[in-house]
Amino acid sequence: MNKLMRSALLGAAAAVALSFGALAPADATTLQEVKDKGTLVVGVKADYKPYGYLNSDGEIVGIEPELAQDVAEKLGVELEMVPVVSSNRMQFLEQGKIDLMIATMTDRPDRREVVQIVDPNYYSSGTNVMAPKKAGFKEWTDLDGAPVCGIQGAFYNRKTQEEFGAEIVAFKGTSEALTALQQGRCVAFVYDDSFLISKLGEDEWSEFEMPLQTIDDAPWGLAVAKGADDFAAFMSDMIKEWHKSGRIIELEKKYGVKPTPFAEKMHKEYM
Amino acid sequence: MEWSWAFDWAREFYRETGINLTFVYDSFDRDRLARGFMNTVYLSLICLVLSVLIGIAGAWLQGSKLVWTRRIVQGYIQFFRNTPPLVQLYFFFFAVGSLMPTYENRFGMQEPMLDNFTWAVISLSFFAGAFNVEIFRSGIEAVPTSTVEAAESLGYNRLQTYRYIVLPLAFRVCLPALNNNLVNLVKTTTLAYAIAVPEMLYMANQIWSDSVNVPETMTFLLFAYVFLVGLLVWAMHSWERAMRLPGYGR
Repeated sequence: MNKLMRSALLGAAAAVALSFGALAPADATTLQEVKDKGTLVVGVKADYKPYGYLNSDGEIVGIEPELAQDVAEKLGVELEMVPVVSSNRMQFLEQGKIDLMIATMTDRPDRREVVQIVDPNYYSSGTNVMAPKKAGFKEWTDLDGAPVCGIQGAFYNRKTQEEFGAEIVAFKGTSEALTALQQGRCVAFVYDDSFLISKLGEDEWSEFEMPLQTIDDAPWGLAVAKGADDFAAFMSDMIKEWHKSGRIIELEKKYGVKPTPFAEKMHKEYM
Repeated sequence: MEWSWAFDWAREFYRETGINLTFVYDSFDRDRLARGFMNTVYLSLICLVLSVLIGIAGAWLQGSKLVWTRRIVQGYIQFFRNTPPLVQLYFFFFAVGSLMPTYENRFGMQEPMLDNFTWAVISLSFFAGAFNVEIFRSGIEAVPTSTVEAAESLGYNRLQTYRYIVLPLAFRVCLPALNNNLVNLVKTTTLAYAIAVPEMLYMANQIWSDSVNVPETMTFLLFAYVFLVGLLVWAMHSWERAMRLPGYGR
């Protein structure tokens, strides 16, 4: 074996060892540890208005940051927020970079294997449409025969077409679909309601609304690291408290979101 | 005709082998794939005819005595040959399309004229047309000058020479190259799915997203294109044989 080959192999071995080191889970944060260090580090979205976004002063604000604030207050510690994105939020939790994650994450079984998703779910999102106020849609069946923009491969395209009779005009990405909607190529855009809510918050879309009842509701889960059982139990009580007091609905109203059926249902359930 | 045996067979096939041919037994998938297939056929046929017409007209204008006519044709060729067809589709549909006059549709909305199918026809026809102009030019330049001079001495004007002498000869010479370009055009129609034209790839994509039967639908898609292009190649070859020039290859 020549020298070059050997050093290459050594390098590869070192890289493997390093990545294993990085992958080894940090000790799960316990409640006591958070109280001891005096700060709670929460991973939130910073690009998903109104759930977590940057205001004009560059601060992270929104529904989820407010929930994070509630948790910090309850614990009597300082709050530190770390912006996360979908592709790194679970890793941050695993590596101990954040103690808690409230970041618009859909609750799925495969995710429950990686992080500890706290029951009950705190929020949910489903499918809705964004349409010009002028169109005056009230029911899904109003879309019968209407050209409706969508995203290629989305699972609700078929339902919108088969059950409600819409003609789906599906594009590759959201920007193309939104452009087509703006140019009048279609009369509505069928997509994830939380995304639509965030778009409707922008001035550009002030003439549009989300008029229909959300369908295909999927719950969102906030999460702590695997093994942080006492923290999870604490968060579970916290979520129940939010539902009971109507805190979620209150925040929705504060950020201009029409109360979602899920939030209303949970409020009734825990009241 | 009674087809239920085929649907039952496909369902049974799925149970036994796990190969999920939804586009055979599921009527919704079957309908949309059939519609996608027909849209691909329409789109291809319309673009084939238009691109050949553009090629013939362009090659004639290229030989014009007016310098500006020649420059415009050259500019057209450069624009369409030097830009990717996908970029052209986006450019036409989203940029040029938004400048079109609008009309009120039945939902009371202002909708721009010319829908995505029309823009796909325009873009793809001009794209393939630009190549066809150059292909026809190659054929025209292969016609011996003495033949053209002979036509002129018989009193043919430029258009008559082009129509009765040059083009028929040129056509035969450039048929193999034209054949290639038209085959390419049929395959390029798949790009129209970027602007939501419901052709075969668009429909197949939605089907495999719904049922996660990617290998099955992909395989079907591949064979469908082999069939369509095979049909075109067969027709073009028969045409080549029918127009055989003795002493000019096969």
